Amino acid sequence: MTTQQNQLNALENRVTWRRRFSIFSVAAMAVGLLVVGSLVLTVGSVHIAFRQVWAILVSHLPLVNLEVNWSSTTDMIVTGIRLPRIILAGMAGAALGVAGATYQGLFRNPLADPYLIGVAQGAALGAVTGFLLPWTFLGGYLIPVLAFLGALVSVSAVYLIARVGKAIPVTTLILAGVAIGSFLISLTSYITIISADKMPGILSWLMGKFSMANWEQVGLIAPFLVVGLAVIFIFARPLNVMQLDEEQAEQLGINVERTKLILMAASTLITAAAVCFVGTIGFVGIIIPHAVRLIWGPDHRTLLPLAALSGAILLILADTASRTLFPPTEIPVGVITAFLGAPFFLFLLRRKKKAVF
Amino acid sequence: MIKLEMQGISLSYNHAPVVDKVSFQVVPGEMLGLIGPNGCGKTSIIKALSRVLPLRSGKIQLDGQDINRLSRSQMAKLIGVVPQNPLMPETFTVAEVVLLGRTPHLGLLRHESAGDLKIVEWAMERTGMSTLASRKIGELSGGERQRVTVARVLAQEPVAILLDEPTANLDINHQTAILDLIRDLCKERNLAVLIALHDLNLAAQYCDKLVILKGGRLFTEGTPRQVITAENILAVYGMNSLVYPHPENTLPVVLASNKADNRSNNSRISEK
Repeated sequence: MTTQQNQLNALENRVTWRRRFSIFSVAAMAVGLLVVGSLVLTVGSVHIAFRQVWAILVSHLPLVNLEVNWSSTTDMIVTGIRLPRIILAGMAGAALGVAGATYQGLFRNPLADPYLIGVAQGAALGAVTGFLLPWTFLGGYLIPVLAFLGALVSVSAVYLIARVGKAIPVTTLILAGVAIGSFLISLTSYITIISADKMPGILSWLMGKFSMANWEQVGLIAPFLVVGLAVIFIFARPLNVMQLDEEQAEQLGINVERTKLILMAASTLITAAAVCFVGTIGFVGIIIPHAVRLIWGPDHRTLLPLAALSGAILLILADTASRTLFPPTEIPVGVITAFLGAPFFLFLLRRKKKAVF
Repeated sequence: MIKLEMQGISLSYNHAPVVDKVSFQVVPGEMLGLIGPNGCGKTSIIKALSRVLPLRSGKIQLDGQDINRLSRSQMAKLIGVVPQNPLMPETFTVAEVVLLGRTPHLGLLRHESAGDLKIVEWAMERTGMSTLASRKIGELSGGERQRVTVARVLAQEPVAILLDEPTANLDINHQTAILDLIRDLCKERNLAVLIALHDLNLAAQYCDKLVILKGGRLFTEGTPRQVITAENILAVYGMNSLVYPHPENTLPVVLASNKADNRSNNSRISEK
């Protein structure tokens, strides 16, 4: 009886300890994001002291009256140029990290990410088309809106083609995703080649950039991101259950088809939101979830928030490197994520040759 | 008394009929074996009982209530299923998978309570998995994996358990160990157990009652002593056999007949 009691306490202790560790990790990562975010605010063509950066940020809070001992230009650099750019990069990183983790969990496939099922390619085609259209009624929103529509259309096409009866088998989904993705890439390449004078703009979008970031863009994608992330976080436990096969998940009371549909819609929404202003940025959706899983384990209730926070940190750092390494030239951020991401991925594979997933 | 009752159920798979007007019932504390040749409809019946395969006609009642009226989580609280080849995430620990069994009892956002953990601990204890609780699924043997699934189903606290060939691909010692466990649970928790088996000897040793299916129809039902006979085996499997009483408990034991005239008889049947 006493050994039984001990074992019971052991399980309870283990679960409680794990939960505390998760909460602590999420909190620590959030603090890390704040520190990294404010540190990179100091970096750029003009160096601004760390204390001054915080003073400027705090002075913009309501009900705060600080003695202003900095120029309005400094304020403009921090809050008008660098801050929206950092926030946009952070939001894109969070979205790509969470979307990658969700697609991987949903399809029980370690390779699943926004690129595998055609979402990113659809967004790219939409955006590139936008560069060539003479329409002006949408102003600067033409490209993001078309990117968004492209992502939705391509994921719907993949979904409908892959559907067999009432279900979407993983193999047909990935085959359809790869086929449609390749088809969309060929269209995008064709459009890029015939675009003549617009080619440089298109190419820089395709490689990912944050140089045009502003508060308007932040405000436009933030609601989509918040809603998408909230939905995904709420469905973290069903996503855990779906790591068993679909039949077992159904027998445990999960409405599998509905859960898949909701999670697919939410991750497509945040992918499109991430991609529409900043272009296609690879490797974040695959590296971040794997790295988090290796350290914290496969429970989506911990994995998803940590993927959001670490994705944000990674992309903020990558973007900072992109704008500060070779000034005034900006290296496309997609180039940096691929340059760092690919070796990191190989390192992970070497270190843990068996089940990474 | 919460019994599981099939009333004239017919099932089809991709429009091909596989089960035709089958009726029988499983009562609490009773282990009912479903036997018959491959393709006779055993798996389809288990899928229908867990609502994975829709009924073409007929009715399934649990405690006098049509199971189609139940919500998914109500179903999951009443009926637990051990599928034929359950897929499990390799990086989850045993305790994490068994905890998933509490899903139907939890809301979308609620964490597992101390009570849930107590049930999970009991389920692991009862299946002999306590010492392996923090082991990864990928490190387990086939027999241990099967026990994890049984523990996960126990954590659901169902009133009925359905098992589809739980002994397939296991060594003989693990086969008897898992069936011993299921029979003990059936008796001590008063569970209604339906178990599809293809090994006639295991079915005869462990089940209280057997239902023999042939070509999607119910051929016969009764206790192992009543239905495991050479005549029935010839009629259902087209094979001559010798049926002896087990030296320890007199339950029927089936041996394939090796006589030359039986073999020719056999090949004649397989040729037709």
